[in-house]
Amino acid sequence: MNFLQQLRLGFRSLLLHKLRSALAVLGILIGVTAVIWLVALGEGVSYQAQQQIKNLGATSIIVRSIKPTEESNSEGGSRSGIAYGLLRDDYDRILANVPTITKAMPMREISREVRNGEFALDATLVGCTPEYFDINRLGIERGRPLSAADMEYLDNVAVLAYEVAERLFPIEDPVGRAVQIGDEFYVVIGVAEQRTASAAIGGSLAARQYDKDVYIPLSTFRARIGDRVITVRGGTFQNETVELNQITAVVDDMKAVDSSADIIRDLLRRYHKLLDYSVVVPKELLEQAETLRTMFNVLLLLIAGISLLVGGIGIMNIMLATVTERTREIGIRRALGATKGEIVQQFLWETVVLSGTGGLLGVAFGFLCGPTVALVRRTISELFPEVWRSLPPNIRDLEPLLAPWSIAAAFGISVGVGIIFGIYPARRAANMDPIEALRHE
Amino acid sequence: MSSVATENRPETGRDVVASVRNVTKVYRLGGEDVKALAGVSIDFHQGDFVAIMGSSGSGKSTLLNLLGCLDRPTTGQYFLGGNDVATLDDESLSRVRGRYLGFVFQSYNLIQQLSVVENIAVPLAYQRPTNPDGPELCLRLAKLVGLSGRLGHRPNQLSGGQQQRVAIARALVNNPHVILADEPTGNLDTATSLEIMDLLDALNNAGRTIVMVTHEPDIAARAKTVISLRDGKIESITHNG
Ligand SMILES: Nc1ncnc2c1ncn2[C@@H]1O[C@H](COP(=O)(O)OP(=O)(O)OP(=O)(O)O)[C@@H](O)[C@H]1O
Ligand SMILES: [Mg+2]
Repeated sequence: MNFLQQLRLGFRSLLLHKLRSALAVLGILIGVTAVIWLVALGEGVSYQAQQQIKNLGATSIIVRSIKPTEESNSEGGSRSGIAYGLLRDDYDRILANVPTITKAMPMREISREVRNGEFALDATLVGCTPEYFDINRLGIERGRPLSAADMEYLDNVAVLAYEVAERLFPIEDPVGRAVQIGDEFYVVIGVAEQRTASAAIGGSLAARQYDKDVYIPLSTFRARIGDRVITVRGGTFQNETVELNQITAVVDDMKAVDSSADIIRDLLRRYHKLLDYSVVVPKELLEQAETLRTMFNVLLLLIAGISLLVGGIGIMNIMLATVTERTREIGIRRALGATKGEIVQQFLWETVVLSGTGGLLGVAFGFLCGPTVALVRRTISELFPEVWRSLPPNIRDLEPLLAPWSIAAAFGISVGVGIIFGIYPARRAANMDPIEALRHE
Repeated sequence: MSSVATENRPETGRDVVASVRNVTKVYRLGGEDVKALAGVSIDFHQGDFVAIMGSSGSGKSTLLNLLGCLDRPTTGQYFLGGNDVATLDDESLSRVRGRYLGFVFQSYNLIQQLSVVENIAVPLAYQRPTNPDGPELCLRLAKLVGLSGRLGHRPNQLSGGQQQRVAIARALVNNPHVILADEPTGNLDTATSLEIMDLLDALNNAGRTIVMVTHEPDIAARAKTVISLRDGKIESITHNG
C-alpha cells in the first residue's frame, strides 16, 4: 500500500468512531494550541523583559576617561597640568570604524555651582548632545530637550534635572527663566523627569546620579568652559585638560555588545599611550537577559512537554481501545498475508492521522492567539474598565509573538508523540495470535 | 465463469500442491498435554476438493490452521509450494499465506469499514510485488461471485450468503494454490448453503484446489474426497462417486 492509501485507510478506520477519534484529536489539538499560545505569550513577556533590560542600557557600551595614576602620568604631565582621557577624534574614529554602532554620544561633565538669585546648588554640569535624553531614556517633564539648533548656535540654554529645578525654582516655573553658572547665564528650556539613579552598569561604574544634572549643549560647554579645568585641591592648583569624559555607544543587538567593545578597545589602544580610559560593557544586564531567556525556554519546554504528554496518553488510550475492538480485523489481515510489521504500520498510520489532524488543527488555532488576546483585551477594557486600569502595564501591553519555530515544533512533536504513544498499541495488535484474533468476538 | 477461472488457473497439472507428513499438534493446558493432532499424513493434489469431517474436538480446525500456515505443527513437516513451511518464522509464514493460500471462514470475516470491492482487494495490499491489474481483477471476481451490482456496499448491508460470496472472491484474488474453508456454510440456511457449494463446485471444476471443513454430511457429499478425523488421527478417506 502506498502512502496515500495508508492515509486514507487510517482516516476511514478512525471515522468508524467519530466521537472517540474527535476527542483524541481534541487532546492533541489542545496540546499543540497550548504550546503555540504559551510560547507566543512567553516570547511576548520575554520580549518585554528584554526591552526593559535594554532600557537599562544593555546595548550601551560606555567608554569613560579615567585619570592615569601619578607615576604613569609623569611623562604625559607637565608643570602646567595634565591632559588625559577621550578625545573628540576618538569619538569620530569609533563612529567611523565600528559598524554595529547605531548611535554614539559624546559627553563632558564637571562640578559647578548653579545659581538662581539666592538659591544655589552644587550641580553636575553635563555637556551633551540632543541624543543624551534618548539614549538614557530621560523624559522631559516641562519645556523641551536640547536640540540640534542649540548645538549649532552654541546657545546658552540648559535643561535642569527635576531636583535641580525644585531646589532653584521652588515656586515658579523655571522654563524661560535663567540660571547662572560661573559668569554666564543660561536660559532654562526644559526640566527633565524625575529619575532614580540607574543601576551600576557592569558592576564597575558607580550608579549614575541624575538628580544633580544640568544639561547644556556640548558645543556651548566647549565654547564657554573649554577643555581645561582648574580646581583647587589641598591648597594647590590642579590643572586638567579633558576633551570628553564619556562616549556612550549604542549597538543594535545585545549579541554585538562584546565584539563591538573589543573593536573599540583596539581602536583606543592604537591612539592612547596611557590607559586613560576604560571600556565597560553592561555584563550583568546581558547575563540577566540570558538567564531570563533560558528560564523562559525551560518553562516553555516543561509546559509543552506536559500538554503533549497528556495528548499522547489520550491517543494511546484510544488506540488501545481500537486495537481491542478490531482484534478480528487484525486476525483477518494476518490470515490474508499481513506481516506483523505491516500491522504495526497500519496502526501507526492511524495514530499519525489522529495526532497529525490534531496537530494541524492545533496550528490553525495557534494562529488565533493574537486576535484572541486582542479580543480579550478589548472585552475587559470595555466591560470592566476599573479592572483593566488596575492591571499592571506589563499585562495590559502584552503582545503575543507567534514564534515560527514553535509552530513547526508543536506540529512535529504532536506527530512524534502520536508515533511514540502509538507504538505500544500497534505492537500489541501485531503480536496477537492470528488464530486467537480470528476467534475473537 | 469458466473464462475467469481459466485466466486464474494455477500453472501446474495434477501435481501435489500441499503435503503434510506425520504432523502432530500438542497443546499444553494446565500442565496437561492435549494432543489435537496425533500424526497426520496426507497429500493434496491440484484440483482436489477435499472435505474434512469428524466430531467436535477431533482436530479439524487444528489441521486446517496448520494447512493455512496460521500455526506451526509440534512435529512433522508441511510442504507447500515445494518448501517445508513447518519451520518458517512468522514473517515468512505471513508471506506464504499471502502468496499460496486463500481463506474462507464460517463467519465470513469481512472488514466492516471496507466496501465489497475493497474487501476483495485486501490480500493485494500484502502482495510483493504489487499486482498492477489488482483493481480490474477485483471487479472481475466480484462479477464472478455475482456481486457486480453491490461493489460499494458495506458488509452489514449484505445477506450472509452475499458476504460469503465476497469472502470467496477475496480468497481468489491472490490466485492461491489452495483455498481453505472452515465450515463455509456453517452460518447459512440450506438454500444459501447450496448456492455457496455451487460456487465452490464451479471453482473446483475450473481447477481450484479446495480443502473444506464441515460436519454436515450433505455438504461433505459435494466434495470429491472426504477425510474423517477422530481424536487427531485420520480415520478414513472416502472418494465420492
Ligand atoms: N488453542 C488451544 N489450546 C488448547 N487446546 C486447544 C486449542 N485449540 C484446540 N485445542 C484442542 O484441540 C482439540 C482439537 O480442536 P479443534 O478446534 O481442532 O477441533 P474441531 O475438530 O475443529 O472441533 P469443532 O468441530 O468443534 O470445531 C480439542 O480438544 C481442543 O480442545
Ligand atoms: Mg473447528
